[in-house]
Amino acid sequence: MFRRIEDIGSDTVTLWIDKREFQVPAGISVAAAVLLCGFDKVRDTPVSGSPRLPYCMMGICFDCLMCIDGVPNQQACQVEVRHNMTIDYQRGAAELPQQE
Amino acid sequence: MAEYDYIIVGGGLVGSSIAYGLARQKHRVAVLDGGDRSFRASRGNFGLVWVQGKGANFAPYARLTGRAADLWPQFTEQLTGETGVGTDYQRSGGMHFCLDEQEWEERVEEMETIRAHTGDAFDYEMLNHDQVKQQIPQISDRVLGASYSAQDGHVNPLYLLQALQQGMDHHGVRYLPNQVIDKIEARQGGFRVHASEGVIAAGKIVLCAGLGNRPLGEMLGMDIPVVVDRGQIMITERLQPFLNLPTLHVRQTAEGTVQIGYSHEDVGLDDGTSPTELIKIAHRAVTMFPLLQRVQLVRAWGALRIMTPDGNPIYQQSTQCPGAFTVTCHSGVTLAAMHAGPVAEWIAGSLEQDLINKFSTDRFDVSQN
Repeated sequence: MFRRIEDIGSDTVTLWIDKREFQVPAGISVAAAVLLCGFDKVRDTPVSGSPRLPYCMMGICFDCLMCIDGVPNQQACQVEVRHNMTIDYQRGAAELPQQE
Repeated sequence: MAEYDYIIVGGGLVGSSIAYGLARQKHRVAVLDGGDRSFRASRGNFGLVWVQGKGANFAPYARLTGRAADLWPQFTEQLTGETGVGTDYQRSGGMHFCLDEQEWEERVEEMETIRAHTGDAFDYEMLNHDQVKQQIPQISDRVLGASYSAQDGHVNPLYLLQALQQGMDHHGVRYLPNQVIDKIEARQGGFRVHASEGVIAAGKIVLCAGLGNRPLGEMLGMDIPVVVDRGQIMITERLQPFLNLPTLHVRQTAEGTVQIGYSHEDVGLDDGTSPTELIKIAHRAVTMFPLLQRVQLVRAWGALRIMTPDGNPIYQQSTQCPGAFTVTCHSGVTLAAMHAGPVAEWIAGSLEQDLINKFSTDRFDVSQN
């Protein structure tokens, strides 16, 4: 659905998105990576359960919330990809944090 | 003949509730509202429909807030029925946590005073730690106990405002936003308001402009003492439900957001936020609910409460300009059910209201005390 309009370099990192392995360019945001890998949603909303994709790509709309490295409700457009990152859909409201 | 029966100045929760109530009684109503930059308590408040703790220093207020809470179920059902806008109202009961013996003893005294003021109509229980934990397993060991009242509840205040706006529209209210009022003339048989829209005339006028009621009141021979009191609120990411009833400091909305609040500051007309106050609010919330320590905040805001010198509402008809009324309060959510019903009827003169008459500004007059 999406392709990059320019190449920013040949370095890549490995990501685990929805438990599948992907190679993406280093230096891009998680939101850009998820779009590049062809996913058709990043989350289901907590109220109506409707599927969403990133929208503003600049930290304002909160539509790109994902669970990144086990932390729920992260703004995927504001997080840079890192090697071996695990990225999952945000399904509805976050689970309650486990008390230590 | 004037174009309108009533001009309501102010389109927040107070003005909208009264305009809606008057329009339902088939009166012709115009609402003159401020703009987006106006101070708007109605868009910054916490959303409690709250009885416990109110009116310990003024028995009529204890009775008024209890009556408002009792009118709420019918009020919201009617409003949603007319507009299709739900308000997320839940009469779940509410709790006020006590963290030490002193807080507990002060709370008991306050609750007993209110119970006496209302002739036992106000019903509450003091719950110990285990009783609270049974209902809310997420509390910390620091919570000694809580006062609980089944009359309390909560609502989404923004949906309430939207529902009232649609309710006004449904009953033919003319709503004019972005109005600045230069002058109000009291004439035989009515009032002429010089606003941005032009001159608008009505038989009666009701000032519901919050902090603006003081300067507007002066135009109509009324001394309306209002005091600014800033509160700050923090909003978390949406979480799975863990809090099935509101507390004074922390509540979880129907959509999963946790609202954390409760502060009082005298900072004048500044509705911003301050790190020192937010730290205090967050610290208390984490003391009560340790799980919040690892929850993300998404935003915070400040809003200005409209307080009176004794903290109780003012319902006043001008003696100098009969037909001019003012409604000033900081509890526009809880009192909405009262404002749309009995207070609108009091303004329309269709109902003798012994209770409402007790809220006149006469109580601030030194010679009365």
